[in-house]
Amino acid sequence: MSAISQKSAPMARAQRYLIGAVCVLVITLMLGPIALSFFASIKTPAEASASPPNYLPQSLSTENYQKVIDYQAGLFTYASNSFLVAGMAIVLCLVLAVPAGYGLARFRLPGKEVIFVLLLAPLMIPYQAILTPIYLNFSKIGLANSHLGLAIVHAVLQLPFSIYLMRNAFEAIPREIEEAALIDGATSLQVLRRIFLPLVIPGVVTVMLFTFINSWNEFLAALIFMNKESSFTVPIMLVSVRTGRLGAVDWGALQAGVIVSILPCILIYVLLQKYYVSGFLNGAVK
Amino acid sequence: MASIRNRHLGLIYVAPALIFVIAFVLYPLGQLVYLSLTDTSLLGGGEWVGLENYEKAFADKSFWRALWFTVKYTVVITPILMGLGFALALLTSNNSPLRLFTRATIFLPVVIGLGTSSLLWYWLLDQQVGLFNKILLDLHLVEEMPVWFTKADPALAAVIISVTWKVIGFGMILFVAAIQSINSEVLEAAIIDGANYWQRVWKIIIPLSMRTLLLATLISAIGSMLAFDQFYIMTGGNPRGQTFTSVYWIYQNSFISFKLGYGAALSIILTAIILFFSAIQVFLSNRSGTE
Repeated sequence: MSAISQKSAPMARAQRYLIGAVCVLVITLMLGPIALSFFASIKTPAEASASPPNYLPQSLSTENYQKVIDYQAGLFTYASNSFLVAGMAIVLCLVLAVPAGYGLARFRLPGKEVIFVLLLAPLMIPYQAILTPIYLNFSKIGLANSHLGLAIVHAVLQLPFSIYLMRNAFEAIPREIEEAALIDGATSLQVLRRIFLPLVIPGVVTVMLFTFINSWNEFLAALIFMNKESSFTVPIMLVSVRTGRLGAVDWGALQAGVIVSILPCILIYVLLQKYYVSGFLNGAVK
Repeated sequence: MASIRNRHLGLIYVAPALIFVIAFVLYPLGQLVYLSLTDTSLLGGGEWVGLENYEKAFADKSFWRALWFTVKYTVVITPILMGLGFALALLTSNNSPLRLFTRATIFLPVVIGLGTSSLLWYWLLDQQVGLFNKILLDLHLVEEMPVWFTKADPALAAVIISVTWKVIGFGMILFVAAIQSINSEVLEAAIIDGANYWQRVWKIIIPLSMRTLLLATLISAIGSMLAFDQFYIMTGGNPRGQTFTSVYWIYQNSFISFKLGYGAALSIILTAIILFFSAIQVFLSNRSGTE
């Protein structure tokens, strides 16, 4: 039987090389599209629209980026819109999810199961379906075509995950810490602010990360709600860059726009990978 | 401690989130039901029409074609995402530097927006300026340039290629976690008993990752059933409306043709389908939480 599991040394080495080669191939496939898009973005506009295309730029140019920066209301406006919406969505999520997580983890609530299921409702009811009534309601109270309105929708999307994460973070804190404070006469709000909040900071950071990335990338609600050019978020601006003038696509500018829009996400991912991946595993499966 | 723990104190902390969900999810859902029974349009209307919208929906060939196309997309892409994702998890679940780096690059597109990645691939797959076909030709993988967006099936394939690149890391990262949580003693015992690598994969790793596999499949399938961005950007529903998905068709009716009442009826039908699957998902996840 040992013959099956014990491979000769050359065979084991060949296998290692093979696995290494497969890894390198996979890395190429995953990074290739982003690299090609970046190369296209620094071509001259004429070369970026040339057919047949080149892999690498023949001459470098920042003209595509300049075009994106100057596009209609200006990249600064669209990026500000996106940051503003994401910022408001983050605040909403934290203001709602931190107390909710605390309440769920630390109190004996009447009808806890029902409450929990209700809070998970946004997970089961596709937001794509309820955008129409939300849109009509927002029109009545002046929130249609407003960044706060879009931020509310993005907060709805992110809320179940955030509550879930915060509940787990609060549950992980040992009872003794809380009891000592309560015996000293602290109110539950003081316990939350002074003792618990510092301990659940990793959870808070994860909520912020996910809310930012998902809000920055969200497409359908932004497409429906933001119907004034100057209030577009970055993904909607990109689609409008593609449509271009007279139906001809400005390929160089489009790729420059793609690079600009993925930059914050990649930056966050590279800098905070640990938070991101662990939060991802926590939210999706458990 | 129970005496200090006022039951209603906890409710105060939970209340804001609860009110938010009721105001922006449950109440709109109720309104959606009502809307679906009226002939509301973005331009006015709002007369009660009973079940007329539903009767219309059941007879609407375009809606059924969109729903069927969405199912087809889901049925094709889910096994690809899960199978390939699992294979990549097996490849990279050891924590050697090369494999860690491979894993990080596979997960990278997950953080990019689906809209953005669709625009990237829309360019890569373009007939005139795209590099995808050029690569296929230069590597002699094809004799002739494939044409992606003039027929429904190649267009579907194009979208699947792009989405696979974008989300393959999702399943992979979940599977890596599942594989790494398997007790190493079990695997070592199997090695001592003479089980080779593939026997260990089939007899130990896959059975012990079953719950994760099931959950990931559900999450992924629900996501695919709600596909919109990738088709809106890459195919625009074309050729001849053959690549409309359910959500896209609802969007088209509600916000392009302004038929909000009819769109609401279609939304209710879609919600019912999704609710069935997401209820299973929540049930499965909650059970695992208590284990």
